[in-house]
Amino acid sequence: MAEPMGFFTDTSVCIGCKACEVACKAWNQLPARNGGKVPLTGQSYDNTVELSGIQWRHVKFIEQFSPDRSSGRWLMMSDVCKHCVQAGCLEVCPTGAIIRTEFDTVVIQSDVCNGCRACIAACPFGVIEINPETNTAMKCTLCYDRMQAGMVPACAQACPTHSIQFGPISELRQHAEARLAQLQAQGVTQARLYGHDESILGGLNSFYLLLDDPEVYGLPSNPQLPSRNVAPSAGLSAAGAVALGLLGLAGLRKRRMDQLAAEAREQQEGDGSHAG
Amino acid sequence: MPDSFFTASPEWRWWIVFYFFVGGIAGGAFAIAALLRLFGREVDRPLSRLGYYIAFPGSIISGILLIADLKRPERFWHMLIQSETFAPAFKWWSPISVGSWGLLLFGLFSFLAFVGALAEVGILPRGLQALVQGGLGAAVNVLGGISGFFLAGYTGVLLSTTNRPLWSDTVWLGLLFLLSGFSTGAALLILLSWRQNPPALAWLKELDAWVLGLELVVLIVLLATVGMAVLRPVLFNAWGVLLVVGVVLVGILVPGLLHYRPLLGRLTVPGAALLVLVGGFVLRVVMLLSSEAA
Ligand code: SF4
Repeated sequence: MAEPMGFFTDTSVCIGCKACEVACKAWNQLPARNGGKVPLTGQSYDNTVELSGIQWRHVKFIEQFSPDRSSGRWLMMSDVCKHCVQAGCLEVCPTGAIIRTEFDTVVIQSDVCNGCRACIAACPFGVIEINPETNTAMKCTLCYDRMQAGMVPACAQACPTHSIQFGPISELRQHAEARLAQLQAQGVTQARLYGHDESILGGLNSFYLLLDDPEVYGLPSNPQLPSRNVAPSAGLSAAGAVALGLLGLAGLRKRRMDQLAAEAREQQEGDGSHAG
Repeated sequence: MPDSFFTASPEWRWWIVFYFFVGGIAGGAFAIAALLRLFGREVDRPLSRLGYYIAFPGSIISGILLIADLKRPERFWHMLIQSETFAPAFKWWSPISVGSWGLLLFGLFSFLAFVGALAEVGILPRGLQALVQGGLGAAVNVLGGISGFFLAGYTGVLLSTTNRPLWSDTVWLGLLFLLSGFSTGAALLILLSWRQNPPALAWLKELDAWVLGLELVVLIVLLATVGMAVLRPVLFNAWGVLLVVGVVLVGILVPGLLHYRPLLGRLTVPGAALLVLVGGFVLRVVMLLSSEAA
């Protein structure tokens, strides 16, 4: 296997230009939303809204303003599939459409997917959706095709501020640690890394430097694998099935007993009347 | 905000609601029929045949509903066979994978029992009766009964094996759906047989009353374990009202009352059974769609 590869996204230098979104769409030939007539949200300067089956990169704008809008803060974060080392989507996929590549990334094979949508419900980050053109589940491939040709993924190539960095995970982790130390030395005490170590799903091969709590960026603080519930919930169901079986048997046995008792009574009465 | 709210909706809607309902009835009805066949008397055979008559068409309808829900229905077979290698596709840790095989097996055993039942009543050659009688019949009933229980219960496990609000915040959904599948299966058997007044009707009604009681307890435990942070956005709204009125009141408490007080005269028995069916359906609607709306 090749070395694990991935993204380190440093949100502190993202300027919200959305070049990564455009590069991703162009390289992966993803269609425009709504036939190209993208409606304005009216709520935000962000009009591309969310990750979806036809939008594999999305630059989130976190816009926090005081009610009179005299003060405010912008946070920007280019969101993407996290290529989890323990991937919920891959775990639940029944067809084997979702695979782990030689670069330790997670890819959906569109020709295998049958659109059951289990992966959509399983991903802790809400990354996957159905692409309405193919009717299969789709998400970032970390430009698997470009990586196989030794190229940098389109988004990282296009990012003008190096907010999106691509490379071997081990190197990216070193960059991230150094950048975090630098920011903290500058007094940015809120800066933290998310997904850089094994504490989150065994490690995220697309990990982040954030400037606030994960929830502020729409990221879960303690994402988990869907399989955590399989054993307890299957165990309870199995116990319930046994209990139901026994309940049914107890009822049938009681019926049999009642019947035998009734027959015995009848017999006795019959004997009594003969004697009389 | 609980972590389950950072996820996207799989949009499992009406096809799946109906599948959960029909699959639960089919699995429950077969399990009851198998119990009667294996441990009941000869006079119970017509009622167990009715169970087989419900189960097999139910398994077919279940398959159709599941395929209809796929975004690429022509690729439904990818659930069972790998499209590249044609080797079997099976992942024991993926409920959809296990469920696909479970439904296939249930379809097989319920088909065999269906054929056996038709042979018993003389529609098919008498020799085929062996499918529901003797040693072979016992095997078909045991395996079909187990797969019937599985079909009724795995759907809740499937929902819990996600990261979605409500579904993944509890481990009690599988048991709840199992109980509901069993009680709706019993209810449909009662509804279709009460006129003939089969000897096992009293047993079936008693059993259904017990299961409804258990269902209420499990529902309460489920809601208690989910926690307020999830309940407030998911069920403190019209869905919650539907749960209380449609499931607890109409589907459990009123039929329970009717079990002890024949308030509807001669229509008490079918009336109660009908309400149990309504409650079982509304339960699937609320559990699925309330999370999808959150
Ligand atoms: S972020 Fe979601 S889609 Fe990406 S690998 Fe993890 S679970 Fe799969």
